[in-house]
Formats: sequence, C-alpha cells, structure tokens
Amino acid sequence: MLDLPQIGQPVSRLEGRAKVTGTAKYAGEYNADGLLYGYVVNSTITRGKIVHIDTNAVKEIEGVIEVFTHENRPSLAWFDMQYSDMDAPPGSPFRPLQNAEIKYNGQPIALIVAETFELARYAASILKVSYQGESFETDLYNHQNEARDPKKGVATLLKPLPPKPKGDFEKAFSDSAAQVSAEFVHGTEHHNPIELFATTTIYEGEGKVTIYDKTQGTINCQLYVGNIFGLHFKNVRVISPYVGGAFGSGLRPQYQLFLSVMAALQLKRSIRVTLDRQQMYTFGHRPPTIQKTRFGADSDGKVNAINHTAIGETSRHEDYTEVVVNWANIIYPAKNTILEYQLLPMDVSSPLDMRAPGGSTASHAIESTMDELAHKMKIDPMQFRLINYADIDVSENRPFSSKELRQCYIQGAEKFGWAERNPEPRSMRRGHKLVGYGMATGFWEAMSIPARAEAVLTREGKLRVSSAVTDIGTGTLTVMTQIAADELGLPLDDVQFCYGDSKMPFAPIQGGSFTLATVGSAIKVAGKALRKKILKKAKEMKNSPLKNASDGDVIFERGGISLKSNPDVLISFREIIVANEDKEIKTTNMSVPNVFKLKNYTRAAHSAAFVEVEIDEELGTIQVKRAVTAVAAGKIINPKTARSQILGGMIWGISKALYEETISDHRYGRYMNQNLGEYHIPSHADVHELDVIFVEEKDEIINELGSKGVGEIGLVAMAPAISNAIFHATGKRINKLPIHFDELL
Amino acid sequence: MEIVTKSTRNVLQPRLLSLRVNGVPRILEVSPWVSLLDGLRDHLDLTGTKKGCDHGQCGACTVICDGKRILSCLTLAVMKNGSEITTIEGISNGDELHPLQKAFIEHDAFQCGYCTPGQICSAIGMIDEKKAQTRAEVKDSMSGNLCRCGANSNIIDAIMEVKERRNHA
Ligand code: FES
Ligand code: FES
Repeated sequence: MLDLPQIGQPVSRLEGRAKVTGTAKYAGEYNADGLLYGYVVNSTITRGKIVHIDTNAVKEIEGVIEVFTHENRPSLAWFDMQYSDMDAPPGSPFRPLQNAEIKYNGQPIALIVAETFELARYAASILKVSYQGESFETDLYNHQNEARDPKKGVATLLKPLPPKPKGDFEKAFSDSAAQVSAEFVHGTEHHNPIELFATTTIYEGEGKVTIYDKTQGTINCQLYVGNIFGLHFKNVRVISPYVGGAFGSGLRPQYQLFLSVMAALQLKRSIRVTLDRQQMYTFGHRPPTIQKTRFGADSDGKVNAINHTAIGETSRHEDYTEVVVNWANIIYPAKNTILEYQLLPMDVSSPLDMRAPGGSTASHAIESTMDELAHKMKIDPMQFRLINYADIDVSENRPFSSKELRQCYIQGAEKFGWAERNPEPRSMRRGHKLVGYGMATGFWEAMSIPARAEAVLTREGKLRVSSAVTDIGTGTLTVMTQIAADELGLPLDDVQFCYGDSKMPFAPIQGGSFTLATVGSAIKVAGKALRKKILKKAKEMKNSPLKNASDGDVIFERGGISLKSNPDVLISFREIIVANEDKEIKTTNMSVPNVFKLKNYTRAAHSAAFVEVEIDEELGTIQVKRAVTAVAAGKIINPKTARSQILGGMIWGISKALYEETISDHRYGRYMNQNLGEYHIPSHADVHELDVIFVEEKDEIINELGSKGVGEIGLVAMAPAISNAIFHATGKRINKLPIHFDELL
Repeated sequence: MEIVTKSTRNVLQPRLLSLRVNGVPRILEVSPWVSLLDGLRDHLDLTGTKKGCDHGQCGACTVICDGKRILSCLTLAVMKNGSEITTIEGISNGDELHPLQKAFIEHDAFQCGYCTPGQICSAIGMIDEKKAQTRAEVKDSMSGNLCRCGANSNIIDAIMEVKERRNHA
C-alpha cells in the first residue's frame, strides 16, 4: 500500500463525544442492583503492629455489612510470585491485610462494607484501632550514607543498571579547563490523576467476577486477581474502557482492586471500593532522589568527564529502581565517566513509575550542570549542546536508529527567538520583572514489547481490531483506529478498535511511551495477515479477476481489493464475505520486536525545550511566560493528539519545576499535604503560551510504523529549561525542585 | 464511642426531594448526609458529573444549579430541594452538541476526559457570569477546575473561541 491516508492526519479523538456528554463511564461509575460500598481504613502509624481493631461497635451499625481486617481476611495465595504483577520490582509485593504488621503510614488495614457509601465512610471514621509503634525512618537526605546497590530482577531488563566506569574520570576531571559540580534534591511526588482509584466488582456467581478497574493493564489485573484468589482466568474479566488519568499509578494493581474482589467473593455480592483523595497518597509515588554531578570540559568546550550519581528512595519490601544516571553519556559523548545508582530503603510504600520516571529526574541534574558549564565557559547554552552533539551513542558504542535532535535545537531556537537572548544573567527585564531564557535537551528511550491483536473483516465488510490495551487519555483508541484503517485502506468510519478488556488479545501494561509501538505493531502484523486471508478468498471466488494476482499486484482501497494494473477491477469486501458464505474473516497475531536487529541501535525520542520566565524582582514570583518544545519522535501518527501529549508533558514539567511536591513530616513519617488544595499543580492561570514543533524524522529500524511514543518526551526537558531560565533571569542557581519564590528573595 | 444511635438514625431518615434535573422532574429519596454529587451519581445514575476530591478542590463535580455554577461535592442534596440542576448530560440539545462541547472536541481540550464535564459546566457558568473578558481573566476564573492531563491551554482555547463567537453574535 503506497497510499496511507489515515496515518498522519490530525483526527479528533474518536471518544470525544462520549467524554463531552458525560456518557463515558469510568471504573467507579457502574451502578448495579444491590451494589455494596467499601471504604478503606488506613494506618495512622508508620511502623509497628496492630494490637487490636474493635470491629464490634462498627458492625452493630445498621447497614454495615462486614469489616474486613487481617484477622478475618480469607486465607489466600501464599507465594510472593502470586502477588507479583507485570511491573513488580525485585522483592516481595505488598499484600493488603496480610497480617498485623504496619510497613508504612497510610497502609490499608481494614475495609468497611456497607449498604451506602456514606455509612461505610462514617463507619471507617469511627473504627477504633490500637497500635504498637516502632521506630521508623523516612528521611532520605539524612541517611544517604546508608544507601546500597539495588537488587537485580526481571524488571532490570527494562531498567538497566548503570554502565561500568570508563576511562579515568578523576584525572580527566581535574585536567579539565572548566569544571562544575552540583547536588540536586528532588522531593516525593504523587501521580494524582483527577479520577480517584476505584474498582467495581460485579459478582457473577461462584468463582466468577467482572471487574471495572482503574488500571493501565487489564490483563495485568486479571492475572493478579486469578493468581491470588485462585480463580480461573476465564472467570475473571477486567474492563477499563475509560481511565481518568493514571500517569503510571495504574501500572500495578492497587489495593482497592484486591479489597473489592476479596469482599465480593466473601460476601457473594457486587461491591465498589473507591479511594478518597487522601488515600491516593497511600500507594506508590515518584521517589525522592538525591543526585550529584561533576562534569568537566576541555578548552574547546567538549565535555570529557561525566560523573553522575543518584540515590533513590525505595520501600523496605521492594527494590524499585529508575534509570537515572545512564542518560548523560548517551546524550553527551564524554570519554571518562563514573555513573552510579543506589537505593535507600525507607518505611514508605513502594515507589511507582510516574510520568517519565528517572528521565525527568535525571535531566534536571544533567541539563542544569551543562547550563552551568556553558555559563562558566562563556558559550551559548545551545551552542554548547551542539559542540557536544553525539552522533553515536558512545555509552554502548552503537548508532542511533534515528536522531534529529540537531533539528530540534535549530527549529526550536528559531521559533522561540533564542537569538535575542543576552548571555549575561539579570540582563533582561520587562518593567519590574526580570526576564530569563533557558533551554534544555530531552531524551526518552523508545521501547516496544510483544503484543497480540485480532483483526476481523466483519460481515458488513468493515474492519474490527481488538487488543486488551487501555486508553488512559493518550489517544490510543484514535491512533490505533488510524493505523488499522490504513491496513485495509478504509475510512475511519468503517473501522472499529475494541480495547480495555482482558478478554481481548494480550497487551502489556500501558506505559513508558511504548504502547504505540507495541500495540500498533501488533495491529500491523494482524492487518497484514488479514490482507493475505482476504486476498486468498478473493482469488478463490468464481471467475475471480484476481485469480493470478500476488500480494504485490493488488491494492486494498475503496472498501475492497483492486488490481494495480487495472484500477477498474475492484472486488468489494462485501462480495468477498458473501463468497465466504457470509462469514467473517479473522486472524489473531502476535508481534515480536526484532531484538537481534534492534539491539544494535540506541532507540530514543529527543526534544529541545526553550522557556521564557518572568520573575517579579521584589516578590520573587515566577511565571513561565512562554515555552517551545521541539520533538523528534519518528512518524507522528496523529499530530493533534500527539501535540496534546507534548503540551501535557510540558505542563507536567512546569509543575515539577515550580509547583508539585509531597511534603513529609519525618517526625511522623507521614505526608502532610495529601489533598489537591495543598499539593499544587498548575491551574489554568499558571499556564501561558506553549508551542510544539514536530521535527521530521525518518526511522526505518525502530518498528514498521517508524514511530516513537510521545507520552514522556514532552516532560523531560521542561524542568531544567525552567530552572536554567530562572538562573538566567536572576543569577541564582537553585538545584532543589520545586523552586519557590522565597528562594529567589 | 459515638455510633449511629436511635436519635441520630432519625436525623439520617431519608427525605423526599424534588429536583428538576436536565429539564426532567426527579424525585430523590436521600439521607441528609448525601451530597448533591453522590445523589446525582449514585442515586440518579447521572455519572457524567465527576468526583475528583470531594473537598471543593478540583472542580470535577461542577454542575449548574439555578443558573449558577456550583461544586456539587460541597452541596448536600437536601439543600437543593426544588432547584433546577443542569449536568453535563443535559448540556446538548438532543443530538446537537453545545458549542462548548464541539469546541472541546475540535481543540482536543481533554485527554482522559475526567475533568471535562466540570470544565464545560464551569465554562458555561463563567460565560453567563459575564465577568471575565480577557483570556487572562478567563484563565483566572476557570482556575477552580484542575486538569491533571495538562489540557489547560487547549481548554482555554476552546472556551475563548466560543466566548468570542458569542460576543460577536
Ligand atoms: S469533587 Fe468537588 S471540587 Fe473536587
Ligand atoms: S483531561 Fe484528564 S484531567 Fe483533564
């Protein structure tokens, strides 16, 4: 097929109507007859034991059905393996209500089930629990010296540990013409999707449940539930057609899923468990991280020594890791490096991937250090990046599958007006406001993993494609429909993409910007197989004008198959179906990335962000006035939804740089701002002019689509571009995020 | 320990309320501690109105009550006996979408869509208030509606387009 009309079109989201009319139903919105309501009770201590839970008083309340605690939790699966999920780090997964032990503040310790939501909530508020507390530690900064190497596990495959030291860093660093060293401190962050985590479990009879869950992986949850509760996988169906944001928080099955299914099976009733906003801070977070950098450059501005170390927080029961220190040497080709990553287990819940995990943390340290080095050497920051441009990935000594970062710099700078920048800090102003321009490089790995898809030519001669994948708001439904449409040369109206249901063909969890490549490739494989089958049927038809045609002689277009050499010959899909005794034609196929070919290349999306900040000289208030992000991510399937992904990422970057942070009181081991009033994210008034450029990039290696995901790449470069702009505006280098006005006074 | 006693149970006796919801008279039988938000979602099965915090901090639950935008999570259902409520399900004119709904689709003013009903209801209320005029004022006056997906600039683009069209009409 030469003509691919749907891919590349700025199609409006296909589920748009459902979302603007309120008919899109999310996990906690399935009302069923006799539905029960569950409300979770969480630990108020950080470490220790539950001595007693007085359930009797609560159970006496009319309308309260049951109180589940560790004391009456049914006996379930025994092995850690059975609690594991596709995203489980090495260690032993948290098991809700397992025993009296408290591992972290906010740990779920009981589930109240009642006839109404209000009653369950009320009962939860008065449940009396006595504890025996033990000493605990949640302060990463003050215990840095206790950090240790992370354990290896299956997850290490997707999150490689740092490469070995290279060259002689110490010598190269001390011989450098210019040196910069710095420390970067990042606090905890929480995903905070606006939809609360919820699971509605519909009890379908002995050992059978239908589950509406807020998740990024229907099959991940299906396997988890099946394993723990000993149910037949075919009797566990997990459906998530709409997911109200997740950003990584739905990569692992969360405790409300476990509690809801447990209660449904025990009580043989349908039940919904919805967390409240405060409880959204009781499972998974972006871990606080401390990074140290030492970069040195020679006199012509080439970075020749890179030392980047990081210590990340993890829980005591799992070794959650991020890729933090591996990036710098992929972006900048220094010959001498020391890259180290360590973990520090604390009394917290296990951290969890949050939009651009590791990358957004790392880029702040790398790009701020680069900016400072450029400043010291009196080289324009963008020029400095160009001097240090990596044509190959020296950390692995292999080429990039494609890399148009240079164009990102050039086009981004042009659009932004970077040339207007006066290199001197504090030199630009507008009235009583200081103006600063900053820029940074962004990098995110382009991964893909195996997946399956089913493709069906329906009896109406239309195409239906399905995959268990979710659409967390990224536009999956729309882009997959576009990809599928081109497989048979159909208009979008004749294509249906079914998704968000564990009954459908296997898809991995949706995250890491790998969904497009993963599920998109599966659709392409299934599409190809379907074309073969359809053509075969067409050739078998009586007096078929395609009798002697081979794959290369035909075009799938205009709702059928035509001959390249004679476009007047067209057999419609409908005719083919009729010839097939009115039966649909279908195929299910699996796509497997060609690892042997791919491993010879570094595969990544790149970006360059340019930011203007305005800072009130007396008040220190900071505003990101405008920003341009130029992105190279291969073929853009849908420029409209892709642009929104980048905009969303940029706003996350603004948030990371200036607003969001979960604040702990280490005396109590507790988060103090567990609500959307005190956990700040940008409001409309904080978001100003944002611009996105997609740079043309051809990639014939990465996958058949030539496409890289765009879920994270918009975020990574923003926070450092902002902190660099703040430096340019004020002359102050603040390496702790978020940056607040008081630090500028 | 204070639990629901005979006397509190009396207080919690369900009340009969009559509301007009999206132009349709509805009878609602709810306890006084049921918020308008839960009344709509759990009792009337109008789940288009969303719950993001239950504390008046996110705006997802915004509905239009007697012509004004309100946070239905901070409102007890019993307080609104006799009121006229419009939720996202009642914004369009049959199959014909409201201009804001169309503009939201056109401008890709949502990703996950969870904040969307609140954004649209709030925008309708905001435009009717006729206070905010400039883009900056509109942003300010829409700032009670959070969007975690970061659709902010598209949301404001969509609202400005409809608002400006209205000014010229
Ligand atoms: S749910 Fe009402 S403001 Fe958040
Ligand atoms: S579209 Fe997801 S929160 Fe706004």
